[in-house]
Amino acid sequence: MRATREGYVEGLLEAGEKDERVIVVDGDVSRSTGTIAFRDKFPNRFFNLGIAEQNMAEYCAGLALTDFIPFYSTYAVFAAGRAWDQIRTSICNMNLNVRIGGAHGGTSVGPDGATHQALEDIAITRVLPNMTVLVPADSNQTRQAVLSSLEIDGPVYIRYGRNPVPELYRRDESVVPGRGRLLREGKHASIIAVGAMVAIALEAAVMLSKKGIEVSVADMVSIKPLDTRLIKQLTDTSELIVTAEDHQITGGLFGAVSEYMSEKCPRRIIPVGVNDRFGCSGTPEEVMAHCGLTAEAIAGKVRTALNN
Amino acid sequence: MISPRVIREDILRMIHSAGSGHPGGSLSLVEILIHLYWKEMKIDPDDPEWENRDRLVLSKGHGAPALYSVLARRGYFSPEKLETLRKFGSDLAGHPHMESLPGLDCSTGSLGQGLGIAAGMALGLSLKENPGRVFCILGDGELQEGSIWESAMSIPALEQTNITVIVDRNRVQLDDAVKEVMPIEPLAYKWRAFGWAVTTCDGHDPDDIEKAFSTNSEKPLVILAETVKGKGVSFMEDQALWHGRAPDDKQLQKALEELA
Repeated sequence: MRATREGYVEGLLEAGEKDERVIVVDGDVSRSTGTIAFRDKFPNRFFNLGIAEQNMAEYCAGLALTDFIPFYSTYAVFAAGRAWDQIRTSICNMNLNVRIGGAHGGTSVGPDGATHQALEDIAITRVLPNMTVLVPADSNQTRQAVLSSLEIDGPVYIRYGRNPVPELYRRDESVVPGRGRLLREGKHASIIAVGAMVAIALEAAVMLSKKGIEVSVADMVSIKPLDTRLIKQLTDTSELIVTAEDHQITGGLFGAVSEYMSEKCPRRIIPVGVNDRFGCSGTPEEVMAHCGLTAEAIAGKVRTALNN
Repeated sequence: MISPRVIREDILRMIHSAGSGHPGGSLSLVEILIHLYWKEMKIDPDDPEWENRDRLVLSKGHGAPALYSVLARRGYFSPEKLETLRKFGSDLAGHPHMESLPGLDCSTGSLGQGLGIAAGMALGLSLKENPGRVFCILGDGELQEGSIWESAMSIPALEQTNITVIVDRNRVQLDDAVKEVMPIEPLAYKWRAFGWAVTTCDGHDPDDIEKAFSTNSEKPLVILAETVKGKGVSFMEDQALWHGRAPDDKQLQKALEELA
């Protein structure tokens, strides 16, 4: 078990080593996001701009306009939400090479409660033209997402979490925009998951297998561009698609997959996600259970759907 | 140096032809932009992307017609292009869009964002030890945006002195006088309190503008340029109504006669 934020910082340190254009900007949460390690290693390429996310996004736009590759990170609610107009009108409209680290995504900040739980960030970033949206599932994949972002032309939003999650990938397994990962194959249904829900979906698959139901599990790490080839492959082989995300159902992974499927390969699709509500305080596990983000919930939905 | 009259005529003709746009806050900018593009900024219109150039961020992007006219008259592109302002297929968008127009250093339009972008550019230039400076023009109504004050706080904190801010203080915004909508005074005091060197000038007097730009300071400099919204056209001056409205044929004629 290892937190995705650790992978994010590892990736940043390597990116900083590899490319002198990499600058890291933080908004007074560098101890929490871990970017303080970048400050220690590259003090001249780290800036803490205080609790002022709009200004932070603007500085990064300016840095990108002078050919740097700035990464700014703070809690995903603020990184994506507070600075949204800056992301839209300055960063995306000019197609700038700004990388945005949405830390503590989803319910992973459990005890902090509803105000700090980013459950809408995927929706509001993926709707923006030119934006790439990556939602890695473990620390190795997060590290790779950071490194792969160096090769992307245009803005990138990387959403990751705070808490330890199971390690699913080898250190050298790269992240490619527009490519998801098929982690398990089964003929009865397919679960497409992102972030912390990938490991939970794999758990659900094991539970279902014990009941004789075999499901595929795919990791849609690249929500934008979406891996449409993988979706096509899954809809060709199974009658039922279930999406699983630590995010509002509307606008996120379910939205993205539904949009594609409704046009290209209509099938039954069922969401597991936060259903139009805010989170609450509690341990991440308690909040996830409260919001129905568990292996049991996924398995239950698959079983019910297949029985109907 | 070009005559301000030429720029003002361009602005009025462009907005008249477009049928929409912002004459008031474009006419107030004319002498400031002329000073920047003919005297202050190190630029090369034949090489708009020249790495060591000085850069301008027109944070009050609705002043685009003034900037387009200045860029055209300075030689970045043909003045014939000006009549395409705001029209489909033109790269003279309603607010500056840098994708295809030579001479634009930044796209702007959503108020409050330009100062932080200019600061990021200035920071990037410093990190590269590039001698280029960054100039940023703000509207006075725009100072109601909170993000302006986030940037106003960080620029002195980072000891950034390769950036100069000009406030086009025309005292009128879309709805009404700035002091009626949401007062921003005492303005010089606010900037000083945030760590800036502050100077003022008559924003329509070239000598006074030049003097303001030559202010020596170890702190970042903000120039509060006293201007008149709609400057040069009697019926537009100080009128909020002319913030965002195109003159009709008759009004254009009258305005051009006044300028002649």
